[in-house]
Formats: sequence, C-alpha cells, structure tokens
Amino acid sequence: MHLHKYEKIWLVFGIASLIVFLSVVGVSAFSHDHTPSGGMDTIDPEKVNETAPFDNPGVSQLDDDTYQVTIVAMAFGYNAPEMKVPAGKEIIFKVTSTDVVHSFTIDNTKVNMMVVPGQITTKSYTFEKPGKYLILCNEYCGTGHHMMSSEIEVY
Amino acid sequence: MIAVKDRKIALANIGVAYAAFLIGTLAGLLQVFIRNDALQLPAWLDYYQILTAHGVLLALIFTTFFIFAFFTTGMSKSIGTFGPKVRLYSWVGFWVTLFGTVMATVMIVSGKASVLYTFYAPLKASGWFYVGLALFIIGTWISSFALIGHYMAWRRKNKGHLSPLFAFMTITTIVMWLIACLGVVATVLFQYIPWAFGWTDTINVELSRSLFWYFGHPLVYFWLLPAYMAWYLIVPKLLGVKVFSDSLARLSFVLFILFSIPVGFHHQLTEPGISNFWKFLQVVLTFMVIVPSLMTAFTMFANFEISGRKKGAVGLFGWFRMLPWKDVRFTSIFIAMAFFIPGGAGGIINASFQLNEVVHNTLWIVGHFHITVGTPVAMTFMGLTFWLIPYLTGRQFTKSMQRLGFVQIITWTIGMLLMSTSQHILGLLGAPRRTAYAGYNNHPSALEWFDGILTSHVTMAVGGSILFLSAMILMYIVIMTMFLSPKAERPEDFVEFPLAESDKEHTPKFLENWAIWVGIAFALIFIAYAIPIGDMIQNAPPGSKGFITW
Ligand code: HEM
Ligand SMILES: [Cu+2]
Ligand SMILES: [Cu+2]
Repeated sequence: MHLHKYEKIWLVFGIASLIVFLSVVGVSAFSHDHTPSGGMDTIDPEKVNETAPFDNPGVSQLDDDTYQVTIVAMAFGYNAPEMKVPAGKEIIFKVTSTDVVHSFTIDNTKVNMMVVPGQITTKSYTFEKPGKYLILCNEYCGTGHHMMSSEIEVY
Repeated sequence: MIAVKDRKIALANIGVAYAAFLIGTLAGLLQVFIRNDALQLPAWLDYYQILTAHGVLLALIFTTFFIFAFFTTGMSKSIGTFGPKVRLYSWVGFWVTLFGTVMATVMIVSGKASVLYTFYAPLKASGWFYVGLALFIIGTWISSFALIGHYMAWRRKNKGHLSPLFAFMTITTIVMWLIACLGVVATVLFQYIPWAFGWTDTINVELSRSLFWYFGHPLVYFWLLPAYMAWYLIVPKLLGVKVFSDSLARLSFVLFILFSIPVGFHHQLTEPGISNFWKFLQVVLTFMVIVPSLMTAFTMFANFEISGRKKGAVGLFGWFRMLPWKDVRFTSIFIAMAFFIPGGAGGIINASFQLNEVVHNTLWIVGHFHITVGTPVAMTFMGLTFWLIPYLTGRQFTKSMQRLGFVQIITWTIGMLLMSTSQHILGLLGAPRRTAYAGYNNHPSALEWFDGILTSHVTMAVGGSILFLSAMILMYIVIMTMFLSPKAERPEDFVEFPLAESDKEHTPKFLENWAIWVGIAFALIFIAYAIPIGDMIQNAPPGSKGFITW
C-alpha cells in the first residue's frame, strides 16, 4: 500500500506522541498510585445497614495519619453523620448504595466516585485547604436526584 | 437517479429521523430553561422524562433512521437497484425498528420509563420499554442483513473485484454495529426483560453496566462512521477531486472496527467492580483510534489542498480561500469537521484514566457530546439532507432554500458555540449533568459556578434558544424539499448524488477480507473483556431488586 511521504511523517509523529502520552499516564497511575476510585469488594445491597463498616457510618480514625469515612448512599441522600475531617491527612472514603446507582462527588476536589449497589467504592484523598465542601450526586437516581447533596467540613 | 422503490425506503427512514429530531430538539429547549429555573413544568411532566426523550430521540432514533436512509440510497446508487428480497427485508427492518421506537417512546411519555437513554439498573422501567429497545435493535439488524445480502449478491457477480468504496464503508459500519449490539442485546434479553416482568427477582448491576458500555462506545462510532463516509466520499466530489487514497480510506475504516469495541470500560473508570489493570488496558486500546483518526484528518487536508491547487491557489494556505464556500453542502460539512477538532481533543481528556474523574458526569460531558455527535455528526447529516431529500423526491433545491440552509447552519454554529462552551466550563467548575434546576440550598460553591459571563444561566439559555430556532429552520427545509418545493423538470434542476470517484487499482485485496478483520476484532474483544466479565459473573454480589424512584 502506498503512503504519501508527508503522511508517513504525520503518522509516525502521531503514534510516537501517543506512546509517550500513554506511558506518562500509565507510570503516573501505577507507580504513583494516581488511580481513579474503584475497588473489588462486594456487599449484599439488602443488608448494607447490618454489614461492617456500613453498620456504623461516619468518620473513624484508623491511625495517626489516616481517617476513614464510611457513607451509605440512598435515594436521595447520604447517611453519614457529622462529616468532619482534618486537612493534610489521608482520608479513605468508602461508599455503597442501598438502592440504585448514585455518585459521591465532592466539589472542588478529585473525589468523584460512582456508587453501585452490591459494590463498595473506595477512594483515598488528602484535603489541602480547610473549609466546607459541597457533596453532590452526579449520577441520575430519580426525581430527587438534583436535591441529593450533603456537606463535609475540613478543619 | 435510483429506482423509485428504493427511494421510498430511504424517504420513509428520513421521515422518521426528522420526526424524532423535531420532538427531541423541543425537549432540548425545555431542558435549558428548566435547568436555570425559568420554567416550571406541570405536575404530570418531569424533567427526567423530557431528558430521557431527548437522549433517546436524538442520539438513538434520529441518527439510526438517518443512517439507514443514507445507506439505502448510497447502496442502491453504487451497487445497483435492490432485488425483491432486499427490498422486502429493508421494509420489514424499517417497520420493526419503528414499532420498537414507538413502543419505547410511549413508555417514556407515559412516565413509565424515566430511566434516561442509558437505562442503568436497578432503575426499573416498564418491561415494555425494554421490549421496545430490543425490537429497535432487532429491526436495525434486519435492515442490516438486507444490505449485507445486497452486497453479497454484488460480490458473487463480481468475483475477484473489490466493492465500490461506498458499499465497503457501509458494510464496515454495519459489521461494527452487529458486533456492538451483541452486548446490549445480551443484557436486555437475558437481564432486563426477565427482571422487569418479574420472572427473576434480581439483576447483576455491574454486569449490566459493562454489557451496556460494551455497546455504548461503538454506538458512538456507529454515528460517526456514516459522517466519515460523507467526509471521505461526498466532500471530494464537492471539491472536484477524487478520493485521496482508496486503500487508506479502507484501512482506516477497518481499524475503526477493531478499536471501537473493546474499550467500553473508559465510561466506567470511576466505578468499582473492574480492576485498574483492565481499566487501563482498555484505555490503551481506546487511544488506538487516534491512528485512523489521524489518517482521516490527513486525508481531509490533502483533499482541500489538492482541490485548491487545481483551482490555482498559491502559497502555504492559499487553497483555503479556494474552497467552495458558497455551496451549503460543503460549508455545512466543513463546519462539522471544524467542531470535531475540539471535540476529539476533549475525548482524549475524558479517556485519560485519572483525568476522567475531574470531568466524569459533569456538564463538561454534555458539552463534549454536543460538539461530537450534536454537531460534527448532526451537522454532517444536515449537509447531506440538503441534497439527499431533493435527490430522492425529485424536487428542486431552490436558491432560497440554499440561503435558508446557510442561515440554518450558521445559527446552529452560534448556538452550539454558546451552549457547549458554557457547559464545558461549568463542568470543569464541578456542575453536574443530568440535573433539573439545582441550587443545592444556595450552597456558595454551587452559586459560584454560574457567576461567570460564559457560565451564567443566560448564556446557556440563549445558546439553546438559537439552536432550537435553527432546528425549526431545518424542519422547514425538510418539509419543503420533501413535499412542497417545485418538481425538477429541466435536467439542470435535478439534484445529484455527489459521490467521488475512487481509484482502487492499487488497493490490496486483503482489506476486503472480512474473515481477517472480524477475527481480529473478536480476538481483541476476548482479550479486553473475557476475564473481567467472567469475574463479574463469578464473584457477583447478591443481585439488586428493581427500584422506581421517579
Ligand atoms: C436544540 C438543540 C439542542 C439543545 C438545546 C440541547 C440541549 C441539551 C441539554 C441542556 C442537555 C443536558 C441536560 C442535562 O444533563 O441535564 C442535553 C443532553 C443531551 N443531548 Fe442535547 N441538545 C440539543 C441537540 C442535541 C443533538 C442534535 C443531539 C444528538 C444528536 C443531542 C444529544 C444529547 C444527549 C445524548 C444528551 C444526554 C442525555 C442524558 O444525559 O441522558 N442533543 N441536551
Ligand atoms: Cu443522583
Ligand atoms: Cu466512549
């Protein structure tokens, strides 16, 4: 098959940039742990409120530098009393749903987690600035979807 | 001019496409006003019902029927009049697709299926909604097999020859569509329908999502490839040149089959149940489509330059002024291509693994698909409509229609620039998609989003209104050229099908060896999906019952 000379240059240049780009993304993802939220743990969606850690949602301190926030999402709200966490510490969010798919999204951060019934979504995040952050659901979940929100306080 | 009986099939398809376009764009107009609290809906109508209708009617119905109209016309033109069987099955396909469409639409309008066009479980619509969807897909399969039959008959008669480029590209698109639909058919037939009618109690949610997106991404290429066909085959004719390279065009199309399917996880990057390894593998495969995309971009610029030089252009960019700007069939598609540059760049951002979480499910995404499917694809279809309908009806495309055509594409351009820019920025600021008016109790962060000039509620509403106006102008052109414009009588009044010549003398034969391409496609699908899907089935949590939360 005949390729025009400029076309060869164009394709070689394009493919080379592609390789560089994907390597950067891959290395940053896997060696620096910059991966999006996820996780492979499962849960019975009908027994969420009886299953640890969701039987006791809210903030708990794991060690000096790590906190865990456990949240149960449902139409149309989040069950997690008094979300208050410190800035500068690693916060591990664990979320699941008792009904349909939702999201747990904290405005102005990179916390943007899909919440799927039967699965537990995990994300680790460290807040830099204190303040009151808006939490909202950005996956359609029913009539009240646009009302589904909450707040987390970072001190 | 193609046979009258074939023209009827094409016209029926275009008619349904534009009926869907009319209702769909009206829904779009309502959405922009509801979103900024300027419009209160009556109690029997809900924002999400309207949004479901908008997504289904424009993204699924308008595109699919238009595509089959284009395919029917082009196949009849390039490889000959349909035989009785092909014609029969094209009609059966049309009616089944339409029946499914009507069934799903009735369910949406009656409020029994406000599940949006992605219908994610465990939101549970009426079982008839899923039956409608299944019939829609099966109908498109029947029409697809009719066209494949027509193509095979041609190949039997022309042993050892490559098919004309239009036929080749049509079949490539159809092959991709058939493979892609396997996912949605599997989930709808074996998961949703038994569950929605109560034959099974629960549904495996993560599996249903993955099967949906196995279909959802190639769906995007099902819209895009027919637009590319116009770019590869119609545009050169309007420019007065031949197809730049027949073999390159074929190669890029088969690469699209390979790399558009095993990539659905890039829509599921922020969700649980799929390990990072498989997400990343599919991200890498996603980026492979850059190769055929670069080939396409090169071809387009080559066409422009060759045509400009033929007309005497000098200098590095002299060809630009020589393009046939006064021809609305060309200018419309040129604008469509221009929109695809930022559209494609946005796609790269969306698919970039960890960057995805910045934009996932924000208004950025809505901005993104309005400058990919909503303009590059839709405006290419508009550019085709300007000659396709008069070609099929034998009416004239009058001077005043030409002028109106320009008004239409320019208003669409302006409206879309306003609306999509504001959606992109709002999304970056964090505003979510798929939401009715949401002040979040006047939370300061939510108020901040709408502070800028470009992100104010006004910009999106003005953009949306201009778009709707443009859509109505297009509807006027469609109705005129369909039923009312004067019939062409003198030969020069007839509208032509502008199909460029393609020189296939040097094209290698293996490019039309389907066993190779379908084989590689399935191998890639197997590599990308077998293990993670197996895992979802084997290690599934207890399933979910259905919920009706609207
Ligand atoms: C009059 C022109 C149009 C207007 C005013 C318009 C407006 C909108 C708006 C405001 C949304 C976002 C709603 C939300 O997320 O809450 C939306 C969603 C969408 N639009 Fe359009 N749009 C138009 C044309 C089109 C066209 C031509 C297409 C495709 C061919 C299209 C495809 C979609 C899709 C697929 C969605 C997503 C639906 C969903 O999230 O389920 N739109 N549109
Ligand atoms: Cu929601
Ligand atoms: Cu995709």
